[in-house]
Amino acid sequence: MLKPKHFFLLPALLTLAAIILFPLIFTVRVSFSSWDVYQTGLDFIGGRNYARLFQDTRFWESLLRLSGMSFITVTLQYVLGFALALAVWKKMPGGRVFRVLFLVPMMTTPVVMSVIWRTVFHESLGPANDLLSMIGIGPVPWLSSATGAFISVVIVEVWQWTPFMFLLLLAGLVSLPREPYLAAAIDGASPTRTFWQVTFPLMAPISIGAIIIRLIEASKIMDTVNVMTSGGPGTATETPSYYIYIRGLRDFQVGYSAALSLAYLVLMIITLTIIAKLLMRFLVGKDD
Amino acid sequence: MKNKSTGSISALAIAAAGILPPAVATAEDYTKYGVVSDLPGTCNYAAIDAMDYSGETLNVITHAIPVIGEPTALHAEQFAELTGAEVNVVHVPFGDLFQRIMIPFQSGQNAYDVLFYASLWIGDFNRFLAPVPEAYTNSSGMSDVTDSFKGVATWNGQMIQYPMDGDRHYLKYRTDVFENPEMQAKFKDATGRDLTVPATWEEYNEVASVFSGFDWDDDGELNYGSAEVAKRDDLMFSAFISRAAPYAKHPDVGGGFFFDLETMEPMINTPGFVRGLELFVEAQKAFPPGGSSFGLGDEIFSFGGGQTLMSYSWDDAFIQAQQEDSRIRNAVGAAPLPGAKEVWNRETGQWDSFEEPNRAPYMTWGWSSAVSKESENQKMAFDFLCFFSNEANTFHDLQIGRFGVNPYRDSHFDSTFWQGLGWDADVADSYVTTLSEMEDSTNRVYDLRVPGVGQFMSSMANGVAEALAGQKSAQEALDGVAKEWSDIVDRIGADRLRDAYANVVRLEDNED
Repeated sequence: MLKPKHFFLLPALLTLAAIILFPLIFTVRVSFSSWDVYQTGLDFIGGRNYARLFQDTRFWESLLRLSGMSFITVTLQYVLGFALALAVWKKMPGGRVFRVLFLVPMMTTPVVMSVIWRTVFHESLGPANDLLSMIGIGPVPWLSSATGAFISVVIVEVWQWTPFMFLLLLAGLVSLPREPYLAAAIDGASPTRTFWQVTFPLMAPISIGAIIIRLIEASKIMDTVNVMTSGGPGTATETPSYYIYIRGLRDFQVGYSAALSLAYLVLMIITLTIIAKLLMRFLVGKDD
Repeated sequence: MKNKSTGSISALAIAAAGILPPAVATAEDYTKYGVVSDLPGTCNYAAIDAMDYSGETLNVITHAIPVIGEPTALHAEQFAELTGAEVNVVHVPFGDLFQRIMIPFQSGQNAYDVLFYASLWIGDFNRFLAPVPEAYTNSSGMSDVTDSFKGVATWNGQMIQYPMDGDRHYLKYRTDVFENPEMQAKFKDATGRDLTVPATWEEYNEVASVFSGFDWDDDGELNYGSAEVAKRDDLMFSAFISRAAPYAKHPDVGGGFFFDLETMEPMINTPGFVRGLELFVEAQKAFPPGGSSFGLGDEIFSFGGGQTLMSYSWDDAFIQAQQEDSRIRNAVGAAPLPGAKEVWNRETGQWDSFEEPNRAPYMTWGWSSAVSKESENQKMAFDFLCFFSNEANTFHDLQIGRFGVNPYRDSHFDSTFWQGLGWDADVADSYVTTLSEMEDSTNRVYDLRVPGVGQFMSSMANGVAEALAGQKSAQEALDGVAKEWSDIVDRIGADRLRDAYANVVRLEDNED
């Protein structure tokens, strides 16, 4: 039974409907239309866009590529972020300064930083090859070879988002209880053993949270790819987000790109749920 | 200026008559607008000054500054000051320009009165554009526009785009190297033949490879043979068309270059295109480091900055090289795009040999402008475009490389004009001769100006990029493109595309 107090929920519900439900439902509707550069409006073509999607090898290849890229970048971000967090966790000279400095990359705009990194990796004029040539290496085809371009994108991603991992893990570290460390010290545990037997298990829940958040963000990588490589050479760095952008906003295949977006959303939800379950099972030892 | 009552009165009279004013002789000084002097013409400063659009608003969408965006902003400000109109200019990056125009069109909104965009989008936009009224097609500026650029602006026999730029691809090369006896001897030692400006793409690749990887201009930096636009989503599709055209565009075979007009079967994987792509792949050996990911800006900088011996694409690299502060000023030359001695004949299914290389000049897309059919201020919109491209403004804009306005009128092919900018006579001559001779060619290639051109070009660029990256052979890559093109034809409809493509074929087959 509706009571007057329930109407206080109305603003929040309306906002939710406007910013989440409407776009989602509209996208679902668009995905069943042939809205295209030549076809205006919402006709109904059934599941034709979804059938086409299953035969779109470029989309599936981009998903595979993204899997590899996300695995590499998030793993590196986690390892580096954890190492940096451990380094400034204990009191050290200039620790506060380092904490701020480590966060700078995360606070910069991805597009602006991608432009700067593209200049750094410019094979004729960029400082990366200049520096390497001083030690007799190069020129390295940073952006014009498939491997080089992939590595370049990974480097930029790791540089930009390791601070995020650092921030979350440092927050986790400072909130750890002291008792287990006292017990470990009494038992004479070495620093390495203390880390693996105490710190790492205690940090598992927050590690899983940080990894999942970064995986979600990494799966949306688009601006770095767009600015640095345009998905190339060939399709070597093309990710699903960038591919959907091309189909939707460059080719103006609105209906098909809506189908791609929804399929991608569903795939990501399923994949990330599975990854979260597996991480919980292996790192924490339970499913929830 | 609108503080003069005479201007308002005459404008009202003109508006009432519904006709354009004749060129108005005036003693008014318009040099404060940056022009040397007001030139006679239908929409010169004096004529526009006589109009009164006070209280009216014109909404303009254009490219980001500087290319086209800067002259749009400049002339909008002038137009506003002269007529009293309020002119709002929206600048949009190239990657977003199409959708920012198309979405209001599709949703029936009257968002913009005047549109500046890439001329090849006419296949998508034509149904939303207002035809250019006769008063403007008969204007002094329009009568000077070359036939080919009038053709580019025309759709089903009606002019719907307002020409304000002319673009084509041509070859640019370093004359100081080609004329250097030491370099000529080096080339002869390496190849056994004399060093000449490449007449075929095979020769282009050969010259480029010989002059790659050493310091041929003694500036202490390594030089390279060729700078080309090879980055997938950065206009590379146009570079590929330039390279493939002479192998695939047979001078004696009409009826379509990209498609067989009758069947709408894609020609993109026929041997002519494949040969063009193979040579594109091979050419990478003579690119500067990173050259395989060069966008247009990199290409301009590489050739215009003196790093590479040759280049081809739009005017920009040549104009960059000829800037006052350029260290290679007057050390460059222009020439027609290389041709082919073997041309694929799709009617016989054979390669035909040519004694003289077959040339297929690529009248590539450039900037164009138009007025929305939904605009409630069409007369003011066309007056603005007429003013934008009036004689004084056009000659002013041509001189500024970053503006992106290139020759498109017969009067622009005057060597003395370019010499007046400090160009040597032989440089200016090579430039205007190259450009004007393209107007006379009967074997020209135009862009695929049909609905969904973005989809076709995106697909082609992806296939070419896969071949350039070594992911697929040239034939495999273009077979994939042909398959995608067939799918697009099925989705859009062969008849719809055929009707549109007929406009392109008419231009290519010289039927207009």
